[in-house]
Amino acid sequence: MNEILKVENLTKAYDDLKVLDGVDLTVSKGEVVVIVGPSGCGKSTFLRCLNGLEDIQEGSVVFNDEVINPFKGSPAKVREKIGMVFQSYELFPHKTVLQNMILAPMKVRKAKKKDAEKEALALLDRVGLLSKKDSYPRQLSGGQKQRVAIVRALMMHPEVLLLDEITAALDPEMVREVLDVVINLAKEGRTMVIVTHELSFARAVADRMIFIDGGKIVEEGAPGEFFDDPKTDRLKKFLESFSYN
Amino acid sequence: MDTQVLISYLPRYVSAFFLTVRIGLIGIALAFLIGIFSAFCIHFKVYILSQVFKGYVELFRNTPLLVQLFFIYFGLPKLGLSISAELCGILGLGLLGGSYMSEAIRSGLEAVSKSQTESASALGMNRGQTFFYVILPEAFTLSVPAIVANVIFLLKETSVFSAISLMDLMFTAKDLIGLYYNTTESLFLLVSFYIVMLLPISIIGSILEKKVRYKMFGAN
Repeated sequence: MNEILKVENLTKAYDDLKVLDGVDLTVSKGEVVVIVGPSGCGKSTFLRCLNGLEDIQEGSVVFNDEVINPFKGSPAKVREKIGMVFQSYELFPHKTVLQNMILAPMKVRKAKKKDAEKEALALLDRVGLLSKKDSYPRQLSGGQKQRVAIVRALMMHPEVLLLDEITAALDPEMVREVLDVVINLAKEGRTMVIVTHELSFARAVADRMIFIDGGKIVEEGAPGEFFDDPKTDRLKKFLESFSYN
Repeated sequence: MDTQVLISYLPRYVSAFFLTVRIGLIGIALAFLIGIFSAFCIHFKVYILSQVFKGYVELFRNTPLLVQLFFIYFGLPKLGLSISAELCGILGLGLLGGSYMSEAIRSGLEAVSKSQTESASALGMNRGQTFFYVILPEAFTLSVPAIVANVIFLLKETSVFSAISLMDLMFTAKDLIGLYYNTTESLFLLVSFYIVMLLPISIIGSILEKKVRYKMFGAN
């Protein structure tokens, strides 16, 4: 398997507070890595370090043999290839769904408007939102916004997709429609790094599970083992906190 | 009220009206340019310039236009720069308006959440693209009510131009009253012309406001 993303000894600190403390991770092409952990453990920060939204104090992030964090020059070039979807959707509120999707391809990739629109409409159709192409984000439900945010990220043809707690802001009945989209992407062989609190979804979609606590990777493994036979006490305790019996 | 008098005054009011509108609109356009540049420098903490513009905003927001006009009209010639009264009016209005516009636009820029910038850059857009296609349009939408209010405020401020002998509406009314004592007719025309000037701008402003804000906030 060929490595696409390689993180070595990543350390991130805000002044004296160490948020991430020497994290190593390698992601192969086509792999889906799911990161879980208690609130404030640094998992979202870790994801943001992967596309350079956060600078790092030690270590490195290598993407396709190129060091991208700490970055030299403009990080924009690399971010084209690493898509990211946020918890709060972050669609552009002054643009319609279609305009949201074609803006970056036209400005960054210099795609022709006609081609970009054609591609956008096909993607919208796939996630069942073709009829919403001319709606503004305020007219969509949370689940619809998040589905648009996912296909908007796909418009840049990213090699890796980072998903940062994409269902955390959604009403329970809308979680499913968003996660189904992600599961389909996984089936297509997309490389993804996902941070989530949805454990059953994690189990279904992950090739590899990572448990971060206190800024360190505490345990990692295949989902079956990870959930059914956790090795460390901290992971056991974390998993127990999700069950009610 | 004497209709004969009204009709005979009309030509002077009409030319004063056009002078007022001309100076007002050019001054406001200048104010808008200064405001965008100043807000940009302050918001993005541009080295030195941000401090300069902060000082500028406080200076011009906290002194009356009349005082500023006196400084420009009587002060610049002392420095060897003599400019026409009309240019003084435009400059004064532009500088005063610039400070107000700067704050209106800056409040819009500050109201756009930081994660919008992150979202745009996560799509590979560079800083310039992010600013022009995402941040500025959103900020403008948020600022529109304040900008429209500023435009109306600035047009009314033109009434102090009479102090530097610009023959605007106010000057004309005062002049005619001084000459012929037809107070009622002169003041009636004065009010009428201000309304004729400002009412359409108010209406256009609120239509523009609705149109621009519809995208982000819907109809209400």
